[in-house]
Amino acid sequence: MSKLKTFCQGGIHPNKHKITTDTPIVFAGLPEVVTIPVKQHIGSPAKILVKPGDKVKVGTLLADADGIVSSDVHSSVSGEVIKVEAIEGEFGYLEDMITIKVEGDEFESSIDTSTDINREIPFSAEEIVAKIREAGIVGMGGAGYPTPIKTSIPEDKKVDTLIINGIECEPFLTADDRLMVEKAEQIIIGAKIINKALGIQNAIIAVDENKPQAIDILNKITKTYVGVNVEVCATKYPQGGEKQLITAITGREVPSGRLPADAGCLVQNVGTVFAIYEAIMKNKPLYERIVTVSGDTCPHPANFLVRIGTPASFLIEKVGGITPETTQIIFGGPMMGTSAFNINAPITKLTSGILMLSDQLAAKRPETDCIRCGKCVEVCPIGLQPHLIGRLMQNHQIEALKDCHVLDCIECGCCSYICPAHIPLLDYCKLSKMELKKKK
Amino acid sequence: MLKISTAPHFQTTKDTSSIMLDVIIALAPAAIMSIIFFGIQALVVILSAVAFCVGLEYLFNKYVFKKENTITDFSAIITGLLLAYNLPSTMPIWMIFVGSFMAIVVGKLCYGGLGKNIFNPALVGRVFLFISFPVQMTTWPLPGFLNSFSADIQTGATTLGVIKHLDIQTSATTSVSELPSYWQMFIGNIGGCIGEVSALALLLGLAWLLRRRIITWHIPFYYIATVFVITGVLWLSTHSIRFDPLTHLLSGGLMLGAIFMATDYATSPMTKKGQIVYAICCGLLTVIIRLCSAYPEGVSFAILIMNAFVPLIDKYIQPRYYGERR
Repeated sequence: MSKLKTFCQGGIHPNKHKITTDTPIVFAGLPEVVTIPVKQHIGSPAKILVKPGDKVKVGTLLADADGIVSSDVHSSVSGEVIKVEAIEGEFGYLEDMITIKVEGDEFESSIDTSTDINREIPFSAEEIVAKIREAGIVGMGGAGYPTPIKTSIPEDKKVDTLIINGIECEPFLTADDRLMVEKAEQIIIGAKIINKALGIQNAIIAVDENKPQAIDILNKITKTYVGVNVEVCATKYPQGGEKQLITAITGREVPSGRLPADAGCLVQNVGTVFAIYEAIMKNKPLYERIVTVSGDTCPHPANFLVRIGTPASFLIEKVGGITPETTQIIFGGPMMGTSAFNINAPITKLTSGILMLSDQLAAKRPETDCIRCGKCVEVCPIGLQPHLIGRLMQNHQIEALKDCHVLDCIECGCCSYICPAHIPLLDYCKLSKMELKKKK
Repeated sequence: MLKISTAPHFQTTKDTSSIMLDVIIALAPAAIMSIIFFGIQALVVILSAVAFCVGLEYLFNKYVFKKENTITDFSAIITGLLLAYNLPSTMPIWMIFVGSFMAIVVGKLCYGGLGKNIFNPALVGRVFLFISFPVQMTTWPLPGFLNSFSADIQTGATTLGVIKHLDIQTSATTSVSELPSYWQMFIGNIGGCIGEVSALALLLGLAWLLRRRIITWHIPFYYIATVFVITGVLWLSTHSIRFDPLTHLLSGGLMLGAIFMATDYATSPMTKKGQIVYAICCGLLTVIIRLCSAYPEGVSFAILIMNAFVPLIDKYIQPRYYGERR
């Protein structure tokens, strides 16, 4: 057997804690009210089209993309708009949100709610990109970059490989894993759709070796689809990072400060690909997603199909509520997620998980002096020197930071994870990035 | 009440003290071998050096530097062990105290404590003793099981000391009766500092360090390989026993230095490329000092000299960053 592919520079092997691997996806149900943020993506917030009192259905356009780097936002429920105002989000900041009182569950007539799998792609490349834009699809792996921009490649660049990111390297999360097991064929058709939009023939579904079920099913189905192949990768964090995955699969590197297209690649998360399938074949805008609710103190971990805008607290109640040992609730994965300031904050297009963690796992341990062990340098997938960045930032030597390539940092957190002195190296890297961007 | 903190919300269980504990475990086989070969006397040297180092760090932190107590990170124990391993078993206790003072107080705490010291503290202590008390530091008791119970201890030269004073013209065919066999050198049944004699014990320690991912193989390998290759080339071209590469490998402080002292986190470069340069330079200096200077042994000086170059190496040898043009 040949050696499994992976990226060669840096990386760590944290405990996986994938307790929900075998838990099928179930519909979480409808909450009484949903609050839908108008900005769930990178770029400018969408322009609000509704006002209190308006009746909406599932899939009704609530807010319109404002410019190219923005995204449409649709209603995830049917009912009445009761508030359009700024509400506290997961970080505690005020964000513009549309609050809808749920009444029944009525869909827009254009949406195909049947479970049949449509295999023929009846659209041209331009139509596909337009439909992706209308469906409000953004990168669901966490970055939230509007997908239509990613799929329209500038003329001066040439993309030859589409990589479907099924790595899901964050501990605990199994949303992508379950999606691949349960919707394998839809994802493969989604890959064909993107291939058509790009005018290329080559799609690779990259899956970690620790997802045997998904690998089996995908391998079986890809046999009947020419041009879509499964590549099993060795498990290593942060392999789900765009740059790391491109290097693992193709051996190419994205030049510093440039885009994946400069390395001839386009990377799409499996969740995004599934959303693209549904948008093109089922006319379904992006109004629901898979969320893993898990953690070491979670009573009944689960994988939920959740309507966007559902409060996180609704899901937490579903799995048995907050246990006394829980000290942190995380939106996203434990490596790159954020600890929730407000657990009533809504699930957005980017929320891949809600984790309940105890102090045993998540508590910050007291910081001690750097012992110069060099482990942060060893694990950094970008080849930065986090210890140096940390020291320069502490001394506020912003000029010297310019030579550290810190703007290339992907914020994976390997440095903070590995540091035996528990120095918050990632925080220093983030601070340095902010300081350098301010200077520009 | 829920807590808020920054990512990542997940950390390794390894911390400074667990790493130091692993190093102590890796150093244990050498201690056992030294007690087998040099008797209780070796144990006395080890225990007193450790006690002095830990005690001095505690007292000076508390009363002189007014800093937090740092002995719980166990690094002072390692300094004590390494200092003891670099001494002959006949070392008077008060000299061990002087050495411990130089190591911990001057070599480590004056620079600001663990991680901020430029020079390997144990080597600072050893070299100070070596220069100040040359007679005691070069009186090597010959190994023999528990020989400290006999009234007078037999002493002799170390293997490196013997070959240092051989005539260059001596050919390999001349049998040198004074020299121990390779096997004796490997298990450590030779004269020398208490911790450096047994290559076997030190290699066991290396295996543990590698297994627990405390260090990588780069520094020990490149250091030892450099010494082996240079002496090997000289040996092949002259056939003089002075250059016998296996003797250079197995006797003297090379193994101890390459595995435990050149790899000291605080005083070695941060990047792999830097570590390789550093290790090769250590090897070069070791051979030069062993063959050309007045001293038969050069590991401590080589490592200390290279310690001084570490900031320079770190400044100019940086890792390749992702996306850099090849």
